[in-house]
Amino acid sequence: MMSTTKLNINKKTYAVEVNPSTPLLWVLRDHLDLVGAKYGCGVASCGACTVLLDQTAVRSCSLPISAIGDKSITTIEGLSENGDHPLQKAWEEHDVPQCGYCQAGQIMNAAALLKSKPNPTDDDIDQAMTGNLCRCGTYLRIKAAIKTASTY
Amino acid sequence: MTLIKTSINRRSFLSAALLAGGGMMLQFNWLAGCSPAERKALKMPDEWFEMNSYIKIGENGVITLFNPNPEFGQNVKTSLPMILAEELDVDWEQVIVEQADFYPERYGRQFTGGSQSIRQAWTPLRMAGATARQMLILAAAKQWQVSAAEITTDQGILLHKSSGKKAHYGEFASSAAKIPVPAEVKLKAVSDFKIVGTSKKNVELKNILSGKPLFGIDYKTEGMLIAMIVHPPAFGMRLKSMDDSIAKTMPGIKSIFTIDSLTEDIVQNFFDATSFTKFAVVVGNSTWEVLQAKKALKVTWEQEPERIFTMASSWTPGAENIKAKYPAGLESSEDHRATMKEASKKPGNILRRNGDPESAFKSAAKVLERTYTAPFLAHNTMEPVNCFAHVTADKAELYGPLQAPEFIMGTLSQRLGLPKEKIHIKLARMGGGFGRRAYGHHLIEAAVISKQIQAPVKLVYTREDEMTAGIYRPTYSATYRAALDANNKLIAFHVKAGGIPETPIHPDRFPAGAIENYLAEGWQIPSNITIGAFRAPRSNFMAAAEQSFLDELAVELGKDPIDFRLELLERAKTNPVGEKNDYDAERYAGVLELVREKSQWKETPAGVHRGVSAYFCHNSYVAEVVDVVMKNNAPHVEKVVAAIDCGIVVNKDAAINMAEGAIVDGIGNALYGELSFKDGAPQKDNFTTYRMIRMNEAPKSIDIHFVQNEQAPTGMGEPPFPPVFAAVANALYKATGKRYYNQPFINELPKKS
Repeated sequence: MMSTTKLNINKKTYAVEVNPSTPLLWVLRDHLDLVGAKYGCGVASCGACTVLLDQTAVRSCSLPISAIGDKSITTIEGLSENGDHPLQKAWEEHDVPQCGYCQAGQIMNAAALLKSKPNPTDDDIDQAMTGNLCRCGTYLRIKAAIKTASTY
Repeated sequence: MTLIKTSINRRSFLSAALLAGGGMMLQFNWLAGCSPAERKALKMPDEWFEMNSYIKIGENGVITLFNPNPEFGQNVKTSLPMILAEELDVDWEQVIVEQADFYPERYGRQFTGGSQSIRQAWTPLRMAGATARQMLILAAAKQWQVSAAEITTDQGILLHKSSGKKAHYGEFASSAAKIPVPAEVKLKAVSDFKIVGTSKKNVELKNILSGKPLFGIDYKTEGMLIAMIVHPPAFGMRLKSMDDSIAKTMPGIKSIFTIDSLTEDIVQNFFDATSFTKFAVVVGNSTWEVLQAKKALKVTWEQEPERIFTMASSWTPGAENIKAKYPAGLESSEDHRATMKEASKKPGNILRRNGDPESAFKSAAKVLERTYTAPFLAHNTMEPVNCFAHVTADKAELYGPLQAPEFIMGTLSQRLGLPKEKIHIKLARMGGGFGRRAYGHHLIEAAVISKQIQAPVKLVYTREDEMTAGIYRPTYSATYRAALDANNKLIAFHVKAGGIPETPIHPDRFPAGAIENYLAEGWQIPSNITIGAFRAPRSNFMAAAEQSFLDELAVELGKDPIDFRLELLERAKTNPVGEKNDYDAERYAGVLELVREKSQWKETPAGVHRGVSAYFCHNSYVAEVVDVVMKNNAPHVEKVVAAIDCGIVVNKDAAINMAEGAIVDGIGNALYGELSFKDGAPQKDNFTTYRMIRMNEAPKSIDIHFVQNEQAPTGMGEPPFPPVFAAVANALYKATGKRYYNQPFINELPKKS
């Protein structure tokens, strides 16, 4: 059933008229035109749809908006004002992307990692990033960029 | 030569053409600044002057370069314009790149595949850049009343040294655009290159990293509906009937119906490969609503009899039509393995014979025989199949991920009953391709759906739809035999390879040409499981089998694996066997020598287990050394060193990135890649069961080394992929003492303790 759900996304408040069981991913993409979070699997096993729920990385494809409540959501579009978050800068420095499809999810997942561990080791990065697939195989650059970002 | 007067707010004719189709709600960034940091500082010109299909110059000296080929992560959107910029002799910071639409009359070949983008565009793009540069020089010469030969250029500036006259390109763009195209132009010497051979960052970086809409799946127009399809659950099945009584009442659902994407009257071509032609379709307002109704739709299926269809026998216009078919039946991997085993024991089609291999094998003191197999693979591009279509009575507009627009245009035109010039295909950035998107069935499906509902629509496959829809890398088997005489000398070589439904063999590749008595045979078994190109088709399996066998043979002969390959290549170079050997033995040996040096091959560190492999495909040569270490008693690929000869490297860091990716991809598929079937149904449908390589399984380091030469550039996207499989297998042998003949290797590897 349709109802109004209030969402706090990228420091703005939105009121969306959708079935509250709709996953956040589709609300972002279809209703709010925030398409940075990508659909990859729909079952939380590729990480392309990763966003932040407060400070935690979540798979937006499997998070119904009814479960969000007052928590704030940050998507890649809201990670920084001008695309200059340390991770975005490091991703540029290492020219990480190939196709680019998974990269917003990778960056958002890494953003949560750096919040909890500002100076992650290789093992920390492996452990945190294992849920994010990159079919082009840019893993080495992603890891290098996370380490670079942690030095900024 | 056409003069285009484009006002500043009409950002480009591309987006203007699209706006005519119904308006965009999302602001697509067609313009990608080459220098992300400086992009904002670039002032757009008031007027653009078109020098040719690829180059527009603004009166203020800003340059627009068009990328003709579809971008799927191989970085052509940056690398191809670099070639134009080199010969045009401009400042890369003054360049804007735009993606061209599908427009073969302007751009010729617009196919991303076969690692051919750079190779095939090399000369035409250099010519286009040099021609425009020469026209600017001629325009300046006329105005300045000096000889054109005395005018030089540097980074977008025209200079006449003796008179001191100087101008930027924009000042002469208007007059140069009116000058007839010179009959001859001079190309730069390789040693004078300033842009080609350097590393330029991906022109789309900023947009990718800030989540801008770039991909087909991000596309949206006013009034656009969402469509999903339901396809049969198994190959060999077809739609019988459907019950939409519940689904059609669900919220947001507009329409439910069935479509025939390809009708019997259509003459198909090779890239029309599609497993299913009749679908149930659900159309609605939003993706989630359509997905719910798709689940509620009740469809019944039935077995499909043999499907016969008409196909053009080649790409050439006017080629004769032939009858092709998909057999009936519900196939299983268990049966595939049995039929392949049987086929590999029967004589195949002889594809090459040198000397007298049969007698040599009869007289052999010893014969080494090994059989290698690999399963079907799904491409699993991160962005699932999707396509926007808006079809009206007199035209069609399509936008989606597609590698090979020219190969679907004819079929689209037949199916829609519209002439080709009324069908407009825009080329979206693709979230991966790997060959999957050479097949344009989704354009036809989206177009037929749009025509039926008379509205703009975006067709979206779920991950499950995509993984179970076919067009896979085939399953293969190859049997190798080597005959050794009493002195343990190699006297004959035999390869017999086949697959379902195609043979993977390239009979004239190495080691053909290097062995006196040589026999190559192929076989194939028909199937209704559709297959298609998958990163280095056929090579990705043959390299695995051949380079594993040569490794085992080297051990049998008591030789170092690199020395053994170099000996064979020396024979192929100095005294080749047969006349038709499609590789250059010297360049092949070159990459092996380079990888031997760079990996410090002979100085394997303690605890490291090392394997080598080398292969030639897509006009390039790659050798790789893989280091495996044991972690908790299970093997882990720790390091890879690669040597690549692909001629001139256009964009160095982008090429390194792609090679790193190909190596990670190869390790992943060698260890984990597998799609099996039961009663026609694929046994995996999402990443929960289809294992893909993840960050913790990737090597810690990958070192890429290029052979330095001035050869015209050749393939880069595919060649680094095939050799990895055997390099991994050969290193695993060193680590575990066991040979790995059947992919994926994970099935036989020791488990972590």
